Amino acid sequence: MIAFVLRRLFQALLVMLAVGMVAFALFRYVGDPIESMAAEDDTAEFRQELAERLGLDDPAIVQFGRYILNCLRGDLGISYRNKRPVAELIADRLPATLELVLCASIVALVIGIPLGVYTGLHRNTVTSEVLQAVSLFGISMPTFLTGIILILIFSVFLNVLPSFGRGEVVDLGWWTTGFLTVSGLKALILPSITLGLFQMTLLMRLVRTEMLEVLRTDYIKFARARGLTDRSINFGHALKNTLVPVITVAGMKLGSLIAFAIITETVFQWPGMGFLFIQAVHNVDIPVMGAYLMMIALIFVIINLIVDLLYYAVDPRLRIDRAVAGGYTS
Amino acid sequence: MDAELSNRPVLQVQGLRVEFPTRRGVLTAVDDVSFEIMPGEVLGLVGESGAGKSLTGTAIFGLLEPPGRVASGTIVLGGDRIDNLPHDRMRRIRGKKIGAVFQDPLTSLNPLYTIGRQLIETITTHMDMTLAEARQHSIELLAEVGIPAPERRIDQYPHQFSGGMRQRVVIALALCTNPRLVVADEPTTALDVSIQAQIIRVLKRLCRDHKTAVLLITHDMGVIAETCDRVAVMYAGRIAEIGPVREVIKNAKHPYTHGLMGSIPNIGHDIDELTQIHGSMPRLTEIPPGCAFNPRCPHAFDRCFVERPDLAQEDKSQVACWLFDKETADA
Amino acid sequence: MTAIAQDLWGGIRRFLDGDIVYSFRQSKVAVIAALVTFIMISSAICAPLLSTHNPFDPTTYNLIDAEYPPFWMEDGDPRFILGTDNQGRDMLSAILYGSRVSMAVGFFSILFAMAVGIPIGLISGYVGGTLDAVLMRIADVQLSFPAILIALLIDGLARGILPGELREGLAIYVMIFAIGISHWVLFARTVRGSCMVEKNKEYVQAARIMGRHPFFIMLRHILPNIMGPVLVIATINFALAVLTEATLSFLGVGVPPTEPSLGTLIRIGNDFLFSGLWWITIFPGAVLVILTLSVNLLGDWLRDALNPKLR
Repeated sequence: MIAFVLRRLFQALLVMLAVGMVAFALFRYVGDPIESMAAEDDTAEFRQELAERLGLDDPAIVQFGRYILNCLRGDLGISYRNKRPVAELIADRLPATLELVLCASIVALVIGIPLGVYTGLHRNTVTSEVLQAVSLFGISMPTFLTGIILILIFSVFLNVLPSFGRGEVVDLGWWTTGFLTVSGLKALILPSITLGLFQMTLLMRLVRTEMLEVLRTDYIKFARARGLTDRSINFGHALKNTLVPVITVAGMKLGSLIAFAIITETVFQWPGMGFLFIQAVHNVDIPVMGAYLMMIALIFVIINLIVDLLYYAVDPRLRIDRAVAGGYTS
Repeated sequence: MDAELSNRPVLQVQGLRVEFPTRRGVLTAVDDVSFEIMPGEVLGLVGESGAGKSLTGTAIFGLLEPPGRVASGTIVLGGDRIDNLPHDRMRRIRGKKIGAVFQDPLTSLNPLYTIGRQLIETITTHMDMTLAEARQHSIELLAEVGIPAPERRIDQYPHQFSGGMRQRVVIALALCTNPRLVVADEPTTALDVSIQAQIIRVLKRLCRDHKTAVLLITHDMGVIAETCDRVAVMYAGRIAEIGPVREVIKNAKHPYTHGLMGSIPNIGHDIDELTQIHGSMPRLTEIPPGCAFNPRCPHAFDRCFVERPDLAQEDKSQVACWLFDKETADA
Repeated sequence: MTAIAQDLWGGIRRFLDGDIVYSFRQSKVAVIAALVTFIMISSAICAPLLSTHNPFDPTTYNLIDAEYPPFWMEDGDPRFILGTDNQGRDMLSAILYGSRVSMAVGFFSILFAMAVGIPIGLISGYVGGTLDAVLMRIADVQLSFPAILIALLIDGLARGILPGELREGLAIYVMIFAIGISHWVLFARTVRGSCMVEKNKEYVQAARIMGRHPFFIMLRHILPNIMGPVLVIATINFALAVLTEATLSFLGVGVPPTEPSLGTLIRIGNDFLFSGLWWITIFPGAVLVILTLSVNLLGDWLRDALNPKLR
């Protein structure tokens, strides 16, 4: 168990290091950091001083080491555009994104999994055919269009829900939350649905496929031949076996919610990290892009670790061959 | 009471026909199959893969996967018809009155539950026992099927057992509710040869001790010879020959059975060459008119290509072949 | 070269033969989806013939015609079936030209993804060992990031590297590259998996014993036999690529407004949503959804038809 966790942690570190390398290469070699930081009329001496301060004349490996150390200390560089520390910018935006992602994942999990189980068990009923058709609609609908249509219906035509921003937020000092005010909660509804819908349909289809797969196995047939109740077979034996791949994929999907939040945040002008990132791409604000990339990588790595632990808890066979898990990722 | 019971067959299958509607028309996978099993008797069902033997077993459980269905015929278990029962009543019979042993012990146990949990769940589903009693019963059963240290092993997961040990667990699961009949579908096929004999011995001993009848489905004539009281030979969905096991082996009548027996090497006898059956069993879509065996039969004559033979008594067995028909003999 | 092309075509033909075609004719959904897809693709190709004017040539439209609703509504004009946008462009023509750009980007980025993914998958599966481990490790890491994020990042990079004057002109190629790179992994993994199965079959063993060069075996023997799964992945990923393109364009980092795709049209329309000019957004959106839905339906059917377990 401990060896397993340690090995996972080590792999996570490697991934972070690789992403850090990409972020560093971005910062150092895409565009000219001096050009981007200095103003038009700054003197050559000032530029030289800046280069020294940033250590741009050191060997690349030293610069990379310094970059990583700085990241570990929470210093992610200075935004070219706002001239503010990137860490500060991200800390400002993080609560908005995380609250949105939390609500969206609740939408995806709480609706997606039961629907998947239902359509898997009752394969040939009218309800599941309809649900299956609707879910295809769900995965064919780009997130931004879902958002636009929801805005059109609920904000423009019915005028019952806000179409942009977080509403009133309560500042807890280190965190701003929209959960404590009515307008904050109302503002969360449309973005959460928009962001959660795609993943919800994806999860539903995945659970359905896995359920069908498991229901065909010998041990389920043997359980039926032993006359166990349908309830025990479907929700005990079958569902538990479905969970192994579903946890893996659900973990990955929750991670990608954070990335997909970019789109939702743009549509709803939600003041989160994704919005920040899109602005950075527009303005070629490399330090912000790099920092965002590392943020996302960190969140992914953490989610993966949690998934692995859950995996361990569910599956007693675990002589960890990830080859099995890998097969379910696409 | 007991005498009366032992005279009545445990299972009677009468004119069973299993069909699969497909896009190329309806396939008849099991065609007019009839047999009986007496209490404590071991009936072997032998044939090539695709002969319909496993489907016969599945039909008895009422677990044919749609679109497959029992098109006609009756299945009577201990005097009650079971082929037309509603879902939930059939479920109560499965596992309680008929036990099952599947082919592959590696895949027939749920990998995520301990074997104890799987045993206890089966027992408490069908019998009036507390969890503690069911656990005690499970430990006794595990000991009976020859699993060492059952008190400890009961809390382990399937992957912690070897293939042979898992099949013992499967047998314990089949017998845990004391059923009158066990349907064992290729119980040894997936096992090492050295383990096969052990498993057969365990199955045989337990069924004798519990007075359980067995329907043993296999393609292995060796297993049949060693285990069964009677044997039914299936070919292309029909029974070609059925009779006492010695009679069928020593005195095979149907040319197909003959071929099957000829393909077992026998160390005792000094034969230079093994008989082999030429060609292969027809696909269900291409069963010829007349006797299904006619393309491969060395003795086929005119009538075999036109009329389909039914089972008829011949010595101690019944055989479906025109060679043994009166008219043929007269001609 | 022609021999290889013939082999590949043979692989595709074998795959389309028999059961697949039968199952296709049986499935109404698949037939309708195929029909819709075909109509959409051909009308996109024939856009200049079907549209009333070239919506991206400012001399062909007039500001006077701006903001007409679709013709069945009160102020509609029969000249503009789906209405006009804020500058007087006919929406139908804009959509026809827009889907042309969307589909072209989708198509070429999948082609690019195949060109990268298939060779890597073949080599990885055929050679195995350390090379395979390294390549698949890279694929794993990339796969843990959503395609859209990678495409965005590459787009951002291109902005940093390319000088301003080149940016506009190369935007479409950057996009094809970005989307293609973010989708190669799926091809590589699929091909690798199938290749590992195929390479143990007798015909490959036979070719090996005959001393054929590994490249020859991969190209002439293995590749034609794994075209089936590749086709499925390509179909499903074409829909994904079109969606990715639309998303990038919606976010404003995709194709330039001078040559708008469906995504760009939706973004432009989004600004007018609150003025009640819903048709500028909704029609391009609907076309996008119908296109991806049809392709997804096709892909879904293809996957089920190819999965022997579900038959």
